[in-house]
Amino acid sequence: MNYNWNWHIFLEPNPMGTGTYLDLLLAGLVVTIKVSVLAWIIALVTGTVIGVLRTLPSRMASWIGFCWVEFFRNMPLLVQLFLWFFVLPELLPKSAGLWLKQLPNAPFWTAAVGVGLFMSARVAVQLQAGIGSLPRGQKQASTALGLTTVQTYRYVLLPMAFRIILPPLTSEFLNTIKNSAVAITIGLIELTGEARSMQEFSFQVFEAFTAATVLYLLLNFVVVTAMRFLERYVAIPGYITGK
Amino acid sequence: MTMLGNLDFDVIRRSLPYLFLEGMRFTLTLTALAAFGGLVFGTLIALMRLSSYKVLGRIAGFYVDFIRSLPLVLVIFWFYFLVPYIGQWLTGASRPISVGAFASSLITFIAFEAAYFSEIMRAGIQSISRGQPAAASALGLTYAQSMRYVVLPQAFRNMLPVLLTQTIVLFQDTSLVYVLSIPDFLGAASKVAQRDGRLVEMYLFAALVYFVISCVASFGVRRLQSRIAIVR
Repeated sequence: MNYNWNWHIFLEPNPMGTGTYLDLLLAGLVVTIKVSVLAWIIALVTGTVIGVLRTLPSRMASWIGFCWVEFFRNMPLLVQLFLWFFVLPELLPKSAGLWLKQLPNAPFWTAAVGVGLFMSARVAVQLQAGIGSLPRGQKQASTALGLTTVQTYRYVLLPMAFRIILPPLTSEFLNTIKNSAVAITIGLIELTGEARSMQEFSFQVFEAFTAATVLYLLLNFVVVTAMRFLERYVAIPGYITGK
Repeated sequence: MTMLGNLDFDVIRRSLPYLFLEGMRFTLTLTALAAFGGLVFGTLIALMRLSSYKVLGRIAGFYVDFIRSLPLVLVIFWFYFLVPYIGQWLTGASRPISVGAFASSLITFIAFEAAYFSEIMRAGIQSISRGQPAAASALGLTYAQSMRYVVLPQAFRNMLPVLLTQTIVLFQDTSLVYVLSIPDFLGAASKVAQRDGRLVEMYLFAALVYFVISCVASFGVRRLQSRIAIVR
């Protein structure tokens, strides 16, 4: 391979004047973390609402849940981001559209909401399965104790269901981090984007991508470790993953 | 009020041949070949992971975990720049050889999807009861024969709905070749959108097409699943 390796490139100043190339990549990592965490919060909140809707006896509620999941699951994430970024501002009333377009840091917010809603469909499906896996007696017992539907979900079904689906939720969070890289297409300069611009400025393709790869692996490792800890912390003794 | 009145949906009709004969053909060909290649290599990786040679299992496990921790966009960039060097190394050429857009994305998607398909096939192989390969070897079948005629056909059949669902995901993921400015379906729509300044119409149409195809396909998978469930 006649490629000129230069691992010292990371310590050389970047052309943006923001320090070294390493600083550039770390700034990208911070953007990736911020956008992923925000997207994950949106995914968890909306995904929980939709997942609960899908398990309610009401026909109407489960129909809404069904439509939501099908809508966000059957389009590529990239296309969804284009819809929110390019199409939505044009279809809104003029003032609202203008406000959206002039939003400072628009790619960041679009990415967080877009990835968040995309992931919410997956969270909803997981939660629905989690609630469905609970023994029927749980719900019946809560009703017998006089709990309202809201109380049943709040105090009985959801705390159990979330513990059950914690492992798949971990991989969905990892997917959220990975999916945040798609936002490069609407101009968000996150980790992959910074690696790409480092490659364009310095021509050190493989060093740039190697660094981004290592940072993604590290991020993965941190999340997996933290989630294992959380799993052990919330485990109910004698139940599911309890020891 | 909304600006729906200013929309020109005729731009879609005018660009239909380009969108489907070039764009969609690229997307579907890439999806089909990548699914096939991903299945073949994924099955090999799954066999490596389950093999009694610990080293093979370790290598396969490392590959799968590694690929699955990276964003597809980053993997696309990796291969886009790496494949010419690999080609040079393989052919012994004096400089990196240029690989076409299609070949580059096909190699990327096969390498990427193999990691995901291998996990599905591994689950499929593990779902076969132990008595099956044991009986096969009692009948005198070699390892290759027992895999070829006993284990893999059943594993494939059991996992068919999951494999097809993964193929629908793959179909949607191929849109990411957009980052290399390759005219797949979305790339073609985007090209027309930017040329004619019709972003709203073209992206809405592209979304609709992806949506309809994915919906119909997943409906088909669900039907297949219920049919298989009755057979078993």
